[in-house]
Amino acid sequence: MTQLDVQAIQDIALGAAVLGTGGGGDPTLGRLMAQQAVAQHGPISLLSLDELADEEWVIPTAMMGAPTVLVEKIPSGNEVIEAFRMIERHLQCRTAATMSIEAGGVNSMIPLVVAAALHIPVLDADGMGRAFPELQMVTPTLHGVAATPMVVADEKGNQVLLQTPDNRWTERLARTATIAMGCSACIALYAMQGRVAKHALIPGTLSLAARIGQTLRTSKQTNPIQALTSLLAGRQLCQGKITDVQRRTEGGFARGEVEIAGAGPDAGQTFRLSFQNENLVFWRGDRPEVTVPDLLSVVDEQTGLPITTEALRYGLRIAVLAFPCHAQWRTPEGIALVGPQYFGYDIDYVPFHS
Amino acid sequence: MDQAEQVRRRDRSFRLGIDVGGTHTDAVILDATDRVIASTKAPTTSDITTGIVQALQDVLTVSQLPPATIAYAMLGTTHCTNAVVTRRDLNSVGVIRLGAPATRAVEPLLTWPHDLKQVVGVRHAILRGGHEYNGEPLSELDEQEVRQTARAFKGHVHAIAVTGVFSSVNATHELRVREIVRDELGADIPVSLSSEIGSVSLLERENATVLNAALMRVAQRAMKGFERAVRQLNIPATLFLGQNDGSLMSLDYAVEYPIFTIASGPANSIRGAAALSQLRDAIVVDIGGTTTDIGVLYKGFPRESQLAVEIGGVATNFRMPDLISIGLGGGSRVRQEAAICVGPDSVGYRLQAEARVFGGSQLTATDLAVAAGRIQLGNPGRVQALPKTTLDQGLNYIRHTLEDYIDRVKLSADPVPVVAVGGGNILFPDTLRGASEIIRPEQAGVANAIGVAIAQVSGTVDSVFSLERLSRTEALDQATALASERAIAAGAAPDGVEVLDLEEVPLAYLPGNAVRIKVKAVGSLRTA
Repeated sequence: MTQLDVQAIQDIALGAAVLGTGGGGDPTLGRLMAQQAVAQHGPISLLSLDELADEEWVIPTAMMGAPTVLVEKIPSGNEVIEAFRMIERHLQCRTAATMSIEAGGVNSMIPLVVAAALHIPVLDADGMGRAFPELQMVTPTLHGVAATPMVVADEKGNQVLLQTPDNRWTERLARTATIAMGCSACIALYAMQGRVAKHALIPGTLSLAARIGQTLRTSKQTNPIQALTSLLAGRQLCQGKITDVQRRTEGGFARGEVEIAGAGPDAGQTFRLSFQNENLVFWRGDRPEVTVPDLLSVVDEQTGLPITTEALRYGLRIAVLAFPCHAQWRTPEGIALVGPQYFGYDIDYVPFHS
Repeated sequence: MDQAEQVRRRDRSFRLGIDVGGTHTDAVILDATDRVIASTKAPTTSDITTGIVQALQDVLTVSQLPPATIAYAMLGTTHCTNAVVTRRDLNSVGVIRLGAPATRAVEPLLTWPHDLKQVVGVRHAILRGGHEYNGEPLSELDEQEVRQTARAFKGHVHAIAVTGVFSSVNATHELRVREIVRDELGADIPVSLSSEIGSVSLLERENATVLNAALMRVAQRAMKGFERAVRQLNIPATLFLGQNDGSLMSLDYAVEYPIFTIASGPANSIRGAAALSQLRDAIVVDIGGTTTDIGVLYKGFPRESQLAVEIGGVATNFRMPDLISIGLGGGSRVRQEAAICVGPDSVGYRLQAEARVFGGSQLTATDLAVAAGRIQLGNPGRVQALPKTTLDQGLNYIRHTLEDYIDRVKLSADPVPVVAVGGGNILFPDTLRGASEIIRPEQAGVANAIGVAIAQVSGTVDSVFSLERLSRTEALDQATALASERAIAAGAAPDGVEVLDLEEVPLAYLPGNAVRIKVKAVGSLRTA
């Protein structure tokens, strides 16, 4: 088992921002929570998926709610532990680890707080390999794993245990509870045993995030973008300057389009990026070239540091990078759950290859 | 001097502005029509105050005005910035956060640099209190707990900083804590409230509030020094301090909110550029000896940064001008690498000794400007033999650097007017890609001091309003009333305060229509 120290946590947070593909929430606050937890309780061990025994349980932990509330009403750090424990009591199970259900963004960090405080390992896996906006958009859904029993907990001591017939009800009731709790809450959900986890999850996501962060940290003087694309079997789709950003709020989601004027080798070409919290479709001229669920990351053209969709604005010098998603997302079921058509684009998914 | 001039000079209607920069302390005196009567430059001194006194004496001497004719004296100073950077003379602060048990997952000052934390904030407490996004109490304020904490801080801290969860929506708990702390510790221990300083995002607002509390002693000394210097010269003027939004505040107010003086220099330049160019919207490029600040004039005031701004290694979110600083100035060295580069290293204040035209051995950006015939300085013969390729490449480097960074502060590709100010504005080319016109005003060298001298007094509000119980009109009325109240508290004459800018930002993902309202109210100067 690998040990995660403060440096590893910083690396994972940075890597998670790349895997967050522009969304998933800024990991900074989560990183501070994890840093404080490690300073108080000591380093965290990272358990690989094949180290998890078939009958052992793993309980993912996360946050849900409005990002503007999270940065103001910071968690106590206890509510997420209580959410985890309540699932454990309910299932009367022996839990080997907690984990990230979403390794892109702030939810890469929340399980580290639980792992440090309870002295249990965090599983080196996640349910997305990136970030997505909705609760059912996880690979366990493709394997019939239910989100419930799920606990929604707040800092005041409220805990709501949900048991629902499907994930649509889970999303609806969990959101209602979150709003009543002040628009930000901690959750524990998608509990599963090792034998299920081994095929239902995406292995190695946290150690991958750590390697991404380490690569960006150590290749500042050389070529961080090249180092990143070679690490993730990806490719730089374009480099250039943002010439326009259009935003609108639709159905509670932040949607928008970014226009990019090519520079350097791409001078003279124009590109477009469509986003809904996360980056969804990259257009070369009028032709869609790479779409969700493959990963689209916008990074600074020099440092390779990731830029969230909220921070996109006129004049930024950027590169757009594409990385292949996990093979589980490329099945017909995967594409139905998170493909371009689910997000309202009349485009067929064509797998990206570098 | 004709008779009309003599009469005019007896009027008690002159304004004196001083702006402290990294290299120079600039001073100007303006008449009632904003005409520059005198302008001077004195070296900035390491204690700052000595340079201010010198600048005051110089400008008064040059103007030949009797001291009694100066009605207002305004100062834009770097005392507070310097104190944070050097970690000197800072208060030890007792940090109180209201929100427990929420927020315990990240302690106060967790991200502060160790040396600054040692000086400022080793004592902190997270207490019950604070509010939800809609203004409902998160937990009830425990007054006994507040009293006990204040007593425990007694004798260990010079000031207190109070930050409540969502105090930008509901400040009642912070206000009550200030009363209790005053009751326990007396009026000598000042209390800073986060709701009066920053906007949404707890940690950054808390950081700004703690820095504000830490700076109160430095600010008080700086104000006293300024006041003493002015009175020693028998100037009866009402005194004001420059804020970083390009407006003014009275000295009493500045002692309570010293953090608002940080970055007032660039804000003054932008306001000065506005006055000199008669524009309300433009990009302002202030070229100094070592660095160039590029900012945006928006509706007559500096555009605010949308992002957290670091001060002395601490992330803060109070209003700061949106600036890009680049290592390019009159003293920048010209180097031959693969191609010719200019800066970021600079001979700085040694320009008069080290530049070629002044007999030195360093080729600087100023030498290029002289060689190109843009200005007569020193001995132009010393740069006549400069190879044409070096000159052209050097000037091109400067042009491309300016074009690139000007583009970065713009909001769209449309060409905009660019105003070039600062002592190094001779480096500015006559045309630039992306600029609709280039304005190089006379007196550009002292635009910062002019900016502080012409400024008005303002009050701002940046708060979140829940529209569950308030109508939108009521929320806007409350915000504008509070902004006017703050302008009057900062030293504006009570009649004639007007709303200059009002912005409404709906907050995404929140039920009940929460809206963030930003208001700036501006008034004319109150006389003593």
